[in-house]
Amino acid sequence: MLSIKELMGFIESSGVGMTISQSRGWFPALEMIHVTATTFVFGMITIVDLRLLGFLARGSAVSDLYRDVIPLTWGAFVVAATTGILLFTGQAVAYSVNLAFQMKFVALALIGLNMLAFRRFVYPAIAKQDRDAPVPLAAKLAGGFSLAGWIAVVSCARWIAYLMV
Amino acid sequence: MVELASWLASLPIGQTLRRLNWLVPWLQIIHILANGIILAAVVMIDMRIWGISRSLGSIAATRRYQAWIWVGLILLTVTGFLLILYGPRRLLTDVTFQVKMAVMGLAMVATLALQLVLRPGWATTDAALATDAPSATGVRSVTTAHTGRHALANVLATLTLVLWVGVTLAGRGRWITLLMMR
Repeated sequence: MLSIKELMGFIESSGVGMTISQSRGWFPALEMIHVTATTFVFGMITIVDLRLLGFLARGSAVSDLYRDVIPLTWGAFVVAATTGILLFTGQAVAYSVNLAFQMKFVALALIGLNMLAFRRFVYPAIAKQDRDAPVPLAAKLAGGFSLAGWIAVVSCARWIAYLMV
Repeated sequence: MVELASWLASLPIGQTLRRLNWLVPWLQIIHILANGIILAAVVMIDMRIWGISRSLGSIAATRRYQAWIWVGLILLTVTGFLLILYGPRRLLTDVTFQVKMAVMGLAMVATLALQLVLRPGWATTDAALATDAPSATGVRSVTTAHTGRHALANVLATLTLVLWVGVTLAGRGRWITLLMMR
């Protein structure tokens, strides 16, 4: 049975992992795209979150805003996740023991659960509302949690570099 | 540039920052978040100009996102200046950073130009947008002929987005340095 460290070592010594860690260009290029995609995802989700919290865009119905924002955000998220996985393979062992990296993924998991719960239990009701309808408490909580969660993700991600061994 | 950097390095605020260097990641985090706000606000405005926005019913309505760009810019500039003061020699002589500053200068000019073009006077276009029934996919198109002003807004909208994405890329663009060191 492989230990986590052995598994990470295996990933790191794979063809993909070696290419990324040993080339001069791959890591910076991937990181550039990863950070840009993530920054974009954060910005777009914040618009929806602030709308749910009632801080901006009250002139727009939640469902209209949602439909504007979500497809683009998903696209950017896929780019962020793909580049993120590739970046990970280059230094899998070091990342896996990095506290900031671990916390980032805890935060991402929590945000993911929050989003699933929102879409399943909260969004269907407010999707039919017009723009002047008050936002229910559950939606405000989901929006607030999402905003805090994404700030946590970005913060943890920035700290990763400072905690690398 | 080296003299400027040395002078900046001697300033008390820079020395304070270097003593409290745990602040730096947090300045960077706020910087990144502000960058995200700007990108998102630009995209929302652009979607309206390109006619693919469901949530914005008029070009006048983009004004709320324009305000957010300025909020983002203030946060970006304040944190940016503090980060420069923290490590002026390293940053100001870095080619990637110089590229980022140049592109950001252009981005800010484009942003301002776009906001000037979007000032009031879009009644005809907004009316056309309001009376247009959305298509099956929810896309509203401008049925009036593409006036010169709308064409200009289109160009500036695209340019603004491309430039701000460029700034964001250059923010982690050590790749640029590597290329130029070839």
